[in-house]
Amino acid sequence: MNKTENQKAWLFVLPVVALVAFNAVIPLMTVVNYSVQETFGDNTFFWSGVLWFEQVLHSERFHASLGRQLLFTGTILVIEIPLGVAIALTMPRKGVWLSVCLVLMALPLLIPWNVVGAMWNIFALPDIGLMGWTLNKIGFDFNFTRQPGDAWFTLIIMDVWHWTSLVVLLAYAGLSSIPDAYYQAAKIDGAGRWAIFRHIQLPKMKRVLTIALLLRFMDSFMIYTEPFVLTGGGPGNSTTLLSIDLVKIALGQFDLGPAAAMSLIYFLIILLLSWIFYTVMMRNEEQ
Amino acid sequence: MGLSWMAWTWPTAAFFVFVAACLITLTVWELKVPGGDPRHGVFGIDTTRGDRLFISLLGSAFIFLAWMGLVSTLLWGPLAIALVWGFLVFRYV
Repeated sequence: MNKTENQKAWLFVLPVVALVAFNAVIPLMTVVNYSVQETFGDNTFFWSGVLWFEQVLHSERFHASLGRQLLFTGTILVIEIPLGVAIALTMPRKGVWLSVCLVLMALPLLIPWNVVGAMWNIFALPDIGLMGWTLNKIGFDFNFTRQPGDAWFTLIIMDVWHWTSLVVLLAYAGLSSIPDAYYQAAKIDGAGRWAIFRHIQLPKMKRVLTIALLLRFMDSFMIYTEPFVLTGGGPGNSTTLLSIDLVKIALGQFDLGPAAAMSLIYFLIILLLSWIFYTVMMRNEEQ
Repeated sequence: MGLSWMAWTWPTAAFFVFVAACLITLTVWELKVPGGDPRHGVFGIDTTRGDRLFISLLGSAFIFLAWMGLVSTLLWGPLAIALVWGFLVFRYV
């Protein structure tokens, strides 16, 4: 039998190729070009080689931002994943309350990121914000605009409030896919609540939890808007995460060379994580 | 307006030409000698030739960064390591 080949399908890919070229590849090429040059404006550039890469890699400021970024991402993952699973386990399986719970869980995800930052900024203000005022009234010396610990506390609970719902919805989808026969078999065997969770629910949620974990990892690693609106990176530099630091260097100081080098290092870290994300997902699919 | 705003330099242009040449070579190689099904390599993952090129390039980028961060800005050393890395990836991954 003759094999039929039709290469016309490639034409349909062209618009996407053009779009990606203009909004991703060409800007990325420009960033690579900027990363090896110095400029003082007026579109004049001077060759500087890999100086900016060396400077960024040895920069204590970059190390500190990266450290804060890893601390932030690690902390929110440790809180959001178990909390999301716990909430999903307590949600009703059917009835009107299920719809109510799902809508409530989806609400934080629908709010634009800058609005979330503004909401929590006002909510946590020590003099007029409900949370800040209440904490001060019950004896805590809370002021997120002045104390780094308080700024971190507010930043973490803001992210937990905004994104735990995503983990809940994914975990709930995983739980919903478990047939009743599994629970009936566990009941016959006399399995307790913990045994059911450990040997039935957790293995069945493995795939969705992997997706939730990696999505939250990547998303929190690139976070910008919410912490920028909430604290602006302060007090001092205490909540300056990688993306905020990058914008400060590129637009605040107009140091395009170092900012471009930092962007590329940041991009490579994200690319590596995305590849791990893709590989883990594909392996899970195969299994 | 031209392309002056992109601030092209010969070394960066050569880098992108190299990446494009890799992609074209891989396409021609695949058309002439199809690579067939993905291979299960030492990392325990299935990879095609394209995956191996991606792993080679990404790994090489981190080799260069590690060298610049830990050793020096003279880049012949990491270039040699990256070439060996690329060979090993295409051979065993």
